[in-house]
Amino acid sequence: MLESSENYIQITGMTFARGDRLIFDNVTINIPKGKVTAIMGPSGTGKTTLLRLIGGQLKPDSGEILVAGQNIAKLSRQELFVARERMGMLFQSGALFSDLSVYENVAFPLRVHTSLPEDMIRDIVLMKLNAVGLRGARHLMPSELSGGMTRRVALARSIVLDPELMMYDEPFAGQDPIAMGMLVKLIRSLNTSLGITSVLVSHDVGESMSISDYVVLIADGRVIGQGTPKALLEQSSPLVTQFLNGLPDGPVPFHFPAEDLASDMLQGGTRV
Amino acid sequence: MFDWISQWGRSGLDAISVIGRSGIFLFRSLLGRPATGFFGLLIKQLYSVGVLSLLIIIVSGLFIGMVLGLQGYNILVDYGSEQAIGQMVALTLVRELGPVVTALLFAGRAGSALTAEIGLMKATEQLSSMEMIGVDPLRRVVAPRLVAGFISMPLLAMIFSVVGVWGGLLVGVDWLGVYDGSFWANMQQSVDFREDVLNGIIKSCVFGFVCTWIAVFQGYDSAPTSEGISIATTKTVVYSSLAVLGLDFILTAVMFGNL
Amino acid sequence: MRTRLVEFSVGGFMVAGFAALVMLAFQVSGLTLKSAEDVYHVYAQFDDLGGLSVRGKVSVAGVTVGKISDIRLDSKSYNALVEMEIYRSVNELPKDSIASIQTAGLLGEKYISISPGAEEEFLKEGDTLFDTQSALNIEKLISNFASSKLGQ
Repeated sequence: MLESSENYIQITGMTFARGDRLIFDNVTINIPKGKVTAIMGPSGTGKTTLLRLIGGQLKPDSGEILVAGQNIAKLSRQELFVARERMGMLFQSGALFSDLSVYENVAFPLRVHTSLPEDMIRDIVLMKLNAVGLRGARHLMPSELSGGMTRRVALARSIVLDPELMMYDEPFAGQDPIAMGMLVKLIRSLNTSLGITSVLVSHDVGESMSISDYVVLIADGRVIGQGTPKALLEQSSPLVTQFLNGLPDGPVPFHFPAEDLASDMLQGGTRV
Repeated sequence: MFDWISQWGRSGLDAISVIGRSGIFLFRSLLGRPATGFFGLLIKQLYSVGVLSLLIIIVSGLFIGMVLGLQGYNILVDYGSEQAIGQMVALTLVRELGPVVTALLFAGRAGSALTAEIGLMKATEQLSSMEMIGVDPLRRVVAPRLVAGFISMPLLAMIFSVVGVWGGLLVGVDWLGVYDGSFWANMQQSVDFREDVLNGIIKSCVFGFVCTWIAVFQGYDSAPTSEGISIATTKTVVYSSLAVLGLDFILTAVMFGNL
Repeated sequence: MRTRLVEFSVGGFMVAGFAALVMLAFQVSGLTLKSAEDVYHVYAQFDDLGGLSVRGKVSVAGVTVGKISDIRLDSKSYNALVEMEIYRSVNELPKDSIASIQTAGLLGEKYISISPGAEEEFLKEGDTLFDTQSALNIEKLISNFASSKLGQ
């Protein structure tokens, strides 16, 4: 088991609703420092929302989110921007700035947050691009990159300021096996070489379980299980088993809530 | 029935909260320290908002001036006062058509482009990722565009008026044979710098402010989907046009009317 | 290279904009640099303005010497009180000059024409012209003419 004293992110009693829909209901999650934590759950359970809450782009309705000891929801706009310099986030789409070249994209955080001389910026950018294997693609524009390359450039950009915390939003979604393998290797090596605390949001069970030291499973706005991958696999909760084994029906129903099929069919008419 | 009323109330509340959001948006974008490298960003935006709108402004200005010259001549020649054509063309352009038509063209050309660009940046998470890098997109993306719009509109409107007057001159003097001395003399006698030219510029400053604000806000506030962007772009053009025409009436009443 | 082009065209755009402003100022509105010319104020009372308006011109023998800056009702005499701004350079207008409201052409603008008198003393700031002729009211003229014809 991991010691709870070494938590980088502590979420206590956090509730968040979007409109009438409750997305998180009194959730408590601890994310250990220096480890890779995977947050998994069925689609639509608000995993990306969780990352946005940690990054302070959304504010919880109640409860608190401590990142490196700071209550994110209480920070002013300016303080938040300062706090974010220590966070890196890899978006699902990569989110490269489409009007800047690969090189300039990676250099962007350095240019706005540091006043380093140009040759130093160049060295850092090329180093980071080299780490993701795309040093040769520095002159390309984002529109000329494949999906996997886009994500790797975005990864280089998010680690260029050497953050303490990296968040990955569905890093494996829609990637071919080779690109997926590369990303798995990159995430793992970044964590071990730089000691970055990594939070990974995914529904790819296999990859996530193989890469992470700690897993948090969420469904229906609640945490349904957390622990090391091994411990989770041994657990017998039906919800956990359903998700980890990919069973189509179970505690997470196959059907969207609807009235009984028979009565729906028998109603007749043209009402939809 | 009850449903209908509550829906009505809700859309009313929504409308007010949109106004509030757009106000906060403007406030946050413009107040405080500008982004690093603001000047370079502004130049880039002046290019895409101002310079790229020049062609449509010049061509429309020329044709509108020519039409005014032609129509004015046909009416005035009946009273034997066709030399007043310069006065008519210049006053209409400087006071009304210059600011208004420029603003309408601007909303269609530059406004919709601004909305679509920012909407797409939002949809592709570029704005979010900028926030996560620790850069305020309001300062970095929105503010230069707002300022570029404010600067460009009056300049475009003045260019429009001048080109329009030249178009009127072309038709009236070169084609229809009005004596060019009286063309200019009549114009200079009746157009007052403070009352007409400056008021026209004030109008176009107001239009520039409103059109850019609407365009940038609609982009920033759009739903991050392809449908959301298309709705936002349409809204930009419709709202800007209505705002321009409505404000034009109010400003005209204040400036030239005796209300 | 591309940035240079952008900068150059933006510069050109700004220059064109200000050139347009200059054009509008001097060519279109006929602004002259001495337009902030010193003026002095002269008043005149009329019993009928007949459509005279602020900003109308004031002329002597057809030469513009100033403009009408304000029109209000004199509450004692119930006459229209017109304030005129006359250029300082035109400082030798006799005190007994006559101010009359005229029409440019048949249907044109109303303006004030000042016919100089013979007095030795000249008008200065705040003076009032007492000898005035109100606008020629065509309707009144016609009705007078008609009634005199009828009376015959």
